[in-house]
Parts: sequence; structure tokens; C-alpha cells
Amino acid sequence: MSRLLPYPLLVISLIITWLLLAGFSFGQLLLGSIIALIAAWTLAALRPAKPRIKRWDLLPKLFAIVFYDIVRSNIAVASIILHGGKRIGKSNFMTIPLDLRDPTGLACLAIIITSTPGTIWVDYNSARSVLTLHIFDLVDEAAWLNLIKNRYEYLLREIFE
Amino acid sequence: MNQATNLPEWAALLIAVFLIIGAGLTLIGSFGLYRLRSFYDRIHAPTLGTSWGTAGIVIASIIYFSAIEAQLVLHQLLIGAFVTVTTPVTFILLSRAALYRDRAKNSPEVPPLDLPDNTPAPIPQNEQTVHHDDTSAGKP
Amino acid sequence: MSIVILFWAVTIAQIALVIAMALAAVRIIRGPHAQDRVLGLDTLYCNAMLLMLVFGIRTGNSLYFEISLIIGALGFVATVALAKFLMRGEVIE
Repeated sequence: MSRLLPYPLLVISLIITWLLLAGFSFGQLLLGSIIALIAAWTLAALRPAKPRIKRWDLLPKLFAIVFYDIVRSNIAVASIILHGGKRIGKSNFMTIPLDLRDPTGLACLAIIITSTPGTIWVDYNSARSVLTLHIFDLVDEAAWLNLIKNRYEYLLREIFE
Repeated sequence: MNQATNLPEWAALLIAVFLIIGAGLTLIGSFGLYRLRSFYDRIHAPTLGTSWGTAGIVIASIIYFSAIEAQLVLHQLLIGAFVTVTTPVTFILLSRAALYRDRAKNSPEVPPLDLPDNTPAPIPQNEQTVHHDDTSAGKP
Repeated sequence: MSIVILFWAVTIAQIALVIAMALAAVRIIRGPHAQDRVLGLDTLYCNAMLLMLVFGIRTGNSLYFEISLIIGALGFVATVALAKFLMRGEVIE
């Protein structure tokens, strides 16, 4: 099974991409599946670390939380820009010690933090596992620490570790 | 636009709302890029365009093509997925490059290099940076 | 009626995106740092991609979707290469 189909997630997403681009028909499904399988075997020859998702049931909750936060921070950042850059706090760097070690989980955290307007992932020190962020409207460091640790990192650790 | 004669009005209104939200947020993001003072402030502004700016226009496009072709057209979602995956890569790389350049110039507004314990500090290699056009880095 | 709504929404969206592209271009010209120019270029690419999607709605032609996918891919590669260049002074090590 794992020799024949080394990366099931990659194969499924490649087939879906192929069908979306080429239009759905049986011939395209066959062609897309062959290309996805060849791509997965090629990738297996390179032997990258395989991501493991332990808790599939928590993924919708993560998506809902991230969606809500992106909408909320879009409104917040847009109103700050429209007020000419005036805000309550000031933009500054802050560091957060992380407990998350899984590379896929860290990649997901990077995507979540950077996609959300108002926060940018700047640096990650893997030896001490300290994350450096830049925050647009930094009022209370403890609130941001609580948000990253309890809202995102907790869920990502449940999913990936 | 001529195919839209038999488009129901509620669909046209929905498309209009999403288009205006998407284009408006993108405009606000670019205005912030133009207006804000320091680089680390400015890097936050374009994320408006890449999050809900893109999402709004992609959703409007999906509704429009699904309505005029009378079937579900979803290939625009690929653009949304592509932008979601690539934007963090470019912004993280760009902010790290800016941090590296500001640290090499000992700018006071960036935090010092966060070294792992028991490692000697590397010598800042600012002779490798080719461009020296930004002499005003130390100013706020 | 729906044509009128759609026409004005598409026109307003196109004007907004063109102004956004102009603001990004002003940021590329004014700088002041090299990283500001790269950030402006990335924003310009992203806005051009969205403008092409809106053109697709205006003409009803899904060809524009492919153009915007190509613009997005090229913009990503260009920004990554430029950011790498800013960090190290060379693209290929």
C-alpha cells in the first residue's frame, strides 16, 4: 500500500487540481491519476519527511477559527490604515517560546500567522524553538502570547503530534 | 457581460458585493503600502489584498461563472489556494531579508540576533549586500 | 437590471484595482529601501492578478483565469528570487 501509493494526500490534491484545470471527464480523471501517481513516486525517490495528521476531526475547527480571525483582523487593519496609521498600541517585534516541534505543524502555523493581516512571522530559532513575530498593533504582549499559544498552537499540537 | 442577460438579480447583487469588498480591501492594502512610515509597518498592508481581497474577487468570479454556465465552476479556487500557500513564503523571506539587512547595519529598531546558546556570534557580512542605496536605515 | 448592477460593480472594482496598482508603482519608485521596492513589486503582481480575474468577469471569458494564474506564479518566483538576492547578494548559491 505505502509502496504503491506513497503520498495519498499529494495524489488526491494533484488529481483535484488536474480536474479543476482540465474539466471533469473519465479520460481526464485517468490522465490526472497517472500523472499524480508518477509525481508521488518521483517524490518518494527523494524521501522527504512524511507529514502525519493524527486528528482529522479537528481540521474543520481550525479552519473555522482561522477564517473568523482573518475576517476580524482584516477589518481591524483596514480601519487603522484608513485612520492614517493611528492606533492604540505600536508596531513592534515580540518573541514567543513554542512547544510545537512537528515541521508540518510549524509550516501551518507560519501560514496562519502570515495570512492573518497584522501579524508577520519573522524568524524561528529551531535550536531554542523561539519564534519572532512582528505585530502591527501591539497593545498587550500577554494577550498575543495567549492567542498564539492557546488558540493556534494547542490545536496544531493536537492535530499533528 | 452579454451572457448576463438572464442572470437573476440576487446573483448580480451578490457578485457586486463580493467584487466591491475584494477590490476595496486590495485598494486599502495598497494605500497602506503607500502611506505607512516604516518597512515593518508596510509589510502588513498587502496582506489585506492577499487574504480577503483575493477571496472576495475569487468568490465573485465563482458565482458569476457558475450562474452563466449553469453548473458549478470551481477552478478559481486554485488561485485562492495558490495565493494562500505562496504569500507566507514571500513575506517571511522578505521580512527575514529586511531583518538581516537592518541587523548588518546595526539599526536600533530591530531586535538583536537571537543566538542558540554556546555559539559564537557570527561576523556581520554586510560586504556581501550589493546595494547600498538605503543609507537612511537608522532613521525612524 | 442585473446587467446595470454588474456593469457598475465591475467598473468600480477595475478602477479601484488600477489605483491600487498605481500606488504600488509609486512605492516601487520612491523606495526608500530595496526591500520596500520588492514589497511594492509583489503587491503590483498580486493586484494585476486580481485585475485579470475581474476582466474575466467583464468579458465572460475564462481565458483570463489562466492569465491570472500565470501572473501569480511568475510574481511568486520573482519575489522569492529578489528576496533571496537581498538576503545573500546572489540568487543561486
